Amino acid sequence: MQGVAGHKSRLTWAVNLTVLALVVLWLIPTAGLLVSSFRDRDQISATGWWQAPFAVEQTYRMRADAGAAVQEGGQYVIVGNVFDSDGYAGAAGRVTGFGITGRDPAGFAPGAVADLRRGGTVSVQPDGAFRVTAPEDFGRRGPNIYFQAATPPRFSLDNYARVLGADAMGQAFINTLTVTIPATVIPILIAAFAAYALAWMEFPGRGLLIAAVVGLLVVPLQLALVPLLKLHQTVGIGQSFVGIWMAHTGFGLPLAVYLLRNYMAGLPRDIIECAKVDGATDFQVFTRIVLPLSFPALASFAIFQFLWVWNDLLVAKVFLPSSDEAKVMTVKIADDLLGSRGGDWGILAAAAFTSIAVPLLVFFTLQRYLVRGLLAGSVK
Amino acid sequence: MSPLVQGLVTILIGVGGCVGYFYLSNLVLDRVIFPARGPDPGRNISRANAVRPWLFLFPAMAALGLYLVYPVVGSFWRSLFDRDGDEFIGAGNYASLAADETFRTAVFNNLLWVLVVPAAATFIGLVSAQLTDRLRWGNLAKSMIFMPMAISFVGASLIWKFVYANEADIGLINAIRAALGADNPVDVLQIPFWNNFFLMMVLIWIQTGFAMVILSAALRGIPEETVEAAIIDGANPFQIFFRIKVPQIMGTIVVVWTTITILVLKVFDIVYTMTGGNFGTQILPSYMMGYMFRDDGRATAVAFVIMVLVLPVMVWNIRQARKELR
Repeated sequence: MQGVAGHKSRLTWAVNLTVLALVVLWLIPTAGLLVSSFRDRDQISATGWWQAPFAVEQTYRMRADAGAAVQEGGQYVIVGNVFDSDGYAGAAGRVTGFGITGRDPAGFAPGAVADLRRGGTVSVQPDGAFRVTAPEDFGRRGPNIYFQAATPPRFSLDNYARVLGADAMGQAFINTLTVTIPATVIPILIAAFAAYALAWMEFPGRGLLIAAVVGLLVVPLQLALVPLLKLHQTVGIGQSFVGIWMAHTGFGLPLAVYLLRNYMAGLPRDIIECAKVDGATDFQVFTRIVLPLSFPALASFAIFQFLWVWNDLLVAKVFLPSSDEAKVMTVKIADDLLGSRGGDWGILAAAAFTSIAVPLLVFFTLQRYLVRGLLAGSVK
Repeated sequence: MSPLVQGLVTILIGVGGCVGYFYLSNLVLDRVIFPARGPDPGRNISRANAVRPWLFLFPAMAALGLYLVYPVVGSFWRSLFDRDGDEFIGAGNYASLAADETFRTAVFNNLLWVLVVPAAATFIGLVSAQLTDRLRWGNLAKSMIFMPMAISFVGASLIWKFVYANEADIGLINAIRAALGADNPVDVLQIPFWNNFFLMMVLIWIQTGFAMVILSAALRGIPEETVEAAIIDGANPFQIFFRIKVPQIMGTIVVVWTTITILVLKVFDIVYTMTGGNFGTQILPSYMMGYMFRDDGRATAVAFVIMVLVLPVMVWNIRQARKELR
């Protein structure tokens, strides 16, 4: 933006604002879910997450306790505080209105006096203190009091506790971990050896093999599902963790070989030739020189594969048994929670965050390697 | 044995097995089959070196062959048989697909996805790459836009389901509509035709970061002189960007574009999670999941259609790779 000195500041402003808008736009959806996962479930359905820091106006109902009635100058009187009743949970708020029928739960301003149909009065003060009077005994049940109160915002870990416990997301978390770790570690070594051969060994058909790997990079996984599941069942693996580890290993290999070969081919030729002149075998060159030098590429691939396997839904749906003990988090969310807990946003948000917390952590701590891997894979 | 322990054991077996295989096979090759001694050690060494690459390649090639090459053939073969796999029906599955209206919707929607998502993600990615490049807080901004890459498609779908929710107190879209005076909330995922675009938004949101990171690296690789020359010639910032910079990184733009295109053809999670393919939002990968476990003949036929759609990009990629090798 240099050459246009006169417009420079205005343009810089425009750029700053545009980028800010873009970042906000990109962050808002995730922020909404994060905030909601900590909110109380009643408050979620009462106000939007963007109003989370403010008090929530909600309507409650309580019944004045007839047993607490006392006689006072010829009248029966019940006094108490609406915020102490069973229908209300959490810290005391501020009453913004009250009523005596469900149809009009906030028809009276706090401090006003409402006349009951059977005679008598109800009044509720802003601080929640109420007073019910009646000319005769209340009998067994006191009158209903409806009130609308501004409840202070409530944040808690309740949603997480419920999701991890009752909804068996804890088990699913462990299953995801169980699937991901071997499926990330095993392909690396297999791919590294092959990548070394493709990068530094001369043999007929090398170019063809590299082209084949590039081609396999884009083969849709959908093709592999039916034949391989059949194969697994014939061999006796069936739908199991062993099966999914093998499947992910196979599916991850093209990217691994491709990334590692690109990186290894870029290593300085001198080092490798010197080692060979000094009498090192290919095996020694690989384990002592190439493998340590390729660490950044190995890390990139490991991150890719980790994110890919952790986030995968398709392979897990097909290659793992559909029983509850073997469900990974993505399957759990997509197949169970969205169906049975469709409208329970607090639970859904907590479940989603349980599943994306680890990838986000990996992303933010190892972003450098991720970017490097991306660039090695596509920029020439 | 709990699966987690089983997993750790598998890692040990897998890694140990790999190391053992490579070490022992090389040892056997050098000491037993072609030892560097005897009447003609030189010939033995060169023979051993001719075999060695295949030792290195064997495990990867076996796995690739079994898990990616065989399925292409196997799926095609299976798609020629009926539901139970007993009766050969030739193109019967493909014929019944062509007659199915949902399948045609799925193909149409898929083409829509292929047109819109890569274009939008690449364009927004390119613009944000250029804009963030000179900012002091550019890296932070990039990080934030890049972040959805780490989120699963299922997680992202849930995040956006929340934005699209059919209540003004939950969904941001309906809240904005209500603030502007609309009376009733709408379920944007049920608006015919346009709901497809709301689903695409999720994938664009995820993929823009990918495009941005790669394009920003490409932009930095542009030689300064070309930009300086343009400035001296009096080009304005827009001309510099569109006429000088973009043409120079066209190769990378195409790579990004094709990479996202392939992804679009494979992703089934978003549609599966958000609409289940209802309301006219079906796409091929999620259409296939409907037949998975029920009618393998149909499922493989759909998979093969996806493969055919991917094929041009595959051929193009291989050509590019071969060009670079030369």
